[in-house]
Amino acid sequence: MMRALLLAFALVLSSGAAFAQVATDANPLTFNSPAEEKRFHALVSELRCVMCQNQSLADSNAQIAVDLRREVLELMRQGKNDAQIKDFLVARYGEFVLYRPQVESKTWLLWFGPAVVLLGGGLIVIGAVRRRSRGAAPAADERNEEQEW
Amino acid sequence: MSESMPRKSSMRWLPLVVVAALGALLFAGVMLSRNPNREALPSPLIGKPAPAFRLPVLHEPGRLVTDKDLRGAPYLLNVWGSWCPACRDEHPVLTRFAETKRLRVVGFNWKDEHGDAMRWLEQFGNPYFMVLTDYEGKAAIDWGIYGAPETFLVDAGGTIRWKYVGPLTDAVIESELLPKLVQLNADKPL
Repeated sequence: MMRALLLAFALVLSSGAAFAQVATDANPLTFNSPAEEKRFHALVSELRCVMCQNQSLADSNAQIAVDLRREVLELMRQGKNDAQIKDFLVARYGEFVLYRPQVESKTWLLWFGPAVVLLGGGLIVIGAVRRRSRGAAPAADERNEEQEW
Repeated sequence: MSESMPRKSSMRWLPLVVVAALGALLFAGVMLSRNPNREALPSPLIGKPAPAFRLPVLHEPGRLVTDKDLRGAPYLLNVWGSWCPACRDEHPVLTRFAETKRLRVVGFNWKDEHGDAMRWLEQFGNPYFMVLTDYEGKAAIDWGIYGAPETFLVDAGGTIRWKYVGPLTDAVIESELLPKLVQLNADKPL
């Protein structure tokens, strides 16, 4: 159910990409070894298709995704490591191509925001529980006040 | 008991504050989504030198043109393909702009077939000063091109000053491109 919902959501969002050119991949990629193929798939699933925006580079059929997959494989064969390949794409298409953005001052909120919110919520709950246990027999008016929460 | 009272009353506002914050967030989201071009990715190349390239010219496939050959005066690089329906909508706008002769408009024929591209220009007219071809799409990756049409403004020194994703319109030329051009001319040492 959740999956279906997510899929529907992704479809709605991606329908905006009006300029997409659907790929006609005449010669699909071939791999030299299973290890190379595994590394390639791990890498492209962490990269976002710049055209379709809600698909990874691994999943997209847009022409640009086909071209970028080819480029990624070529860079791998040139001996570039994963970080260098990601940097290559970020230099051209921006941080957007990374599904996991780098940790830097711009993205602190993104990385640590949820943890901060969770921590804040936890502190409030702890505070509320403590206060309640401290006043073991709360006065009648205070009990009313608790009720409003 | 009395000392815990003020704290309680301040806590009472917490849900309201949370709801107000969520409301503000929602409002910001709605305002942001009003930007009609919100799908366009900001290019990290703006303010940087145009990527080096060496590409054949559509009308003289034997002739190779490099980024350095185009330096000396600003130019507009327009990415198009005969497969791209939005490029057809953009074409008359681009033609009108090219006729003002404010800038050289260089075509970047991306992932096309030679014959298709030639026929397209025959049919709709050729507003371009020169058309470069990138059938494989290798140079396009260096430019961070991901769709067509896309348009770059490159200054005389070869630095990318502006990029627009999607079909140019008269309004975009008026409100975005022309001010950039004025700025370019102002920056130019006399």
